[in-house]
Amino acid sequence: MSQIIINGLFVGSFYALIALGYSMVYGIIKLLNFAHGDVYMIGAFVGFVLLTSFGGLAAAATIPTLVLLVLVAMIFTGLLGVTVERVAYRPLRSSPRLAVLITAVGMSFTLEYAVRQIFGPSPKAYPVRVSGGSVEFIGARISTAQLVLMALAALLMVVLAFYVNRTREGRAMRAIALDPAASTLMGINVNRVISRVFFIGSALAGAAGVMAGAYYGSIDFLMGFVIGIKAFTAAVIGGIGNLYGAMLGGLTLGLLESFGTAWLGGEWRDVFSFACLIIFLSFKPTGILGARVVERM
Amino acid sequence: MSGLVVEDVDVYYGRVHALRSLSFHVDQGEIVALLGNNGAGKTTTMNLISGLVKPSSGSVTWDGTDLRSVPAHDLVPRGVVHVPEGRRIFSTMTVHENLMLGGYRVRDTSVIDERVERVYALMPRLLERRRQQGGTLSGGEQQMLAIGRALVADPRLLLLDEPSMGLAPLIVKQVMEIIAEVNAQGTTVLLVEQNAKAALRIADRAYVVETGRVTLSGAADELAGDARVVEAYLGS
Repeated sequence: MSQIIINGLFVGSFYALIALGYSMVYGIIKLLNFAHGDVYMIGAFVGFVLLTSFGGLAAAATIPTLVLLVLVAMIFTGLLGVTVERVAYRPLRSSPRLAVLITAVGMSFTLEYAVRQIFGPSPKAYPVRVSGGSVEFIGARISTAQLVLMALAALLMVVLAFYVNRTREGRAMRAIALDPAASTLMGINVNRVISRVFFIGSALAGAAGVMAGAYYGSIDFLMGFVIGIKAFTAAVIGGIGNLYGAMLGGLTLGLLESFGTAWLGGEWRDVFSFACLIIFLSFKPTGILGARVVERM
Repeated sequence: MSGLVVEDVDVYYGRVHALRSLSFHVDQGEIVALLGNNGAGKTTTMNLISGLVKPSSGSVTWDGTDLRSVPAHDLVPRGVVHVPEGRRIFSTMTVHENLMLGGYRVRDTSVIDERVERVYALMPRLLERRRQQGGTLSGGEQQMLAIGRALVADPRLLLLDEPSMGLAPLIVKQVMEIIAEVNAQGTTVLLVEQNAKAALRIADRAYVVETGRVTLSGAADELAGDARVVEAYLGS
């Protein structure tokens, strides 16, 4: 039982990281960024490249190297996200929303098949076997690496919540989510803040990518597709556009999946998550926090 | 040339000719009112000055700088602050956060705090409601918040678009008093109003705008007595 919960929380914490980017981008420019899952995939591949090109890294895969790996992947995917927004979404800022949505789908395929072109179609084994053993925790076994990654995810979310709620730039983000034109009149450079949101969201997805590689042990160029849709599910469950909603939705989905897998078997896992999506969309389209917390960000 | 000078400006929205060689000026320290009916081009004029719409010809200069090449978000550091029609406060953020946003371009937080305190001193109602969400305020309070938020940016030219819209006469009077007070402290004001009576009471000069061009201009007290203005805008 406690093992199921721990596994659920671990998977849920990286769903939450990805859902945050989905939700922040939706909050600020009302775009469902379908390429977001692929940014996560590229985060995993950045980790892979680092691990294989510095042979020593994989051998000495200690916890500090893992953290370093996450940070490098975050910077890379953050810049990638900014570029995607600049190239594909900004020119369409005043176009109908459907046009941008289709562009996002196109961007998703572009990233997927670019990676396939470089690394080939077959899955790659993630050469990280983190030493350090595991700890016993209320009857569940959890590896130290998992524990560190979870703590890192939690830390990232705390920092993000502080940034959005307490700083000048965070205030500007929330203002743009509410009224971009009025924000411009406050002297806020709306495009720059949107770039920043893409950087942060994509960096979080990159972190999740490395976490997923280390957890599942194998990566491929399509891994972002299902995860992207699951993160969307998590964002909807929590209340899309809502920061805490994305975190809560991610953890909820992780737990639901973990229990669903334990009760029904692993092959039902995705059926279970998407059934949750349909149920939420039918009965509570605003999500868990959507109705109560009105602010969209 | 100090102050604001708008010269021979044309603005099109697609095929609609919104402003037709519109010219007017606001000198340093004045309150100037733009009067006119719905659709006359008053809001377009405001958006023109604050860079939200670009003219197809003509010029807009403030303190000798051509504003046409300045991006809208860079007008605040130049002292030009626009309070838009309909107030546009950030409804789910607190009163205090709204005011803090007015100081977005100020790096020094102690300066922002000082200006926010000055706004609270000028409008004590906002101080009482500082932790409340902006959207829960009454219309008059929201208008005061919108003006207060602009004051935190420390404007030298304040653009006010229909501050009296939807407010009860008594509240209109209070808002106009605040505007006069802000002006007395040295801020130049351009005031767009349908409520000509209230605007002419505090303005130094006024322009009447009809279908995108100035049709009448003069000192506020002269216009208040002008038969054409009385008939069209003040009622008899």
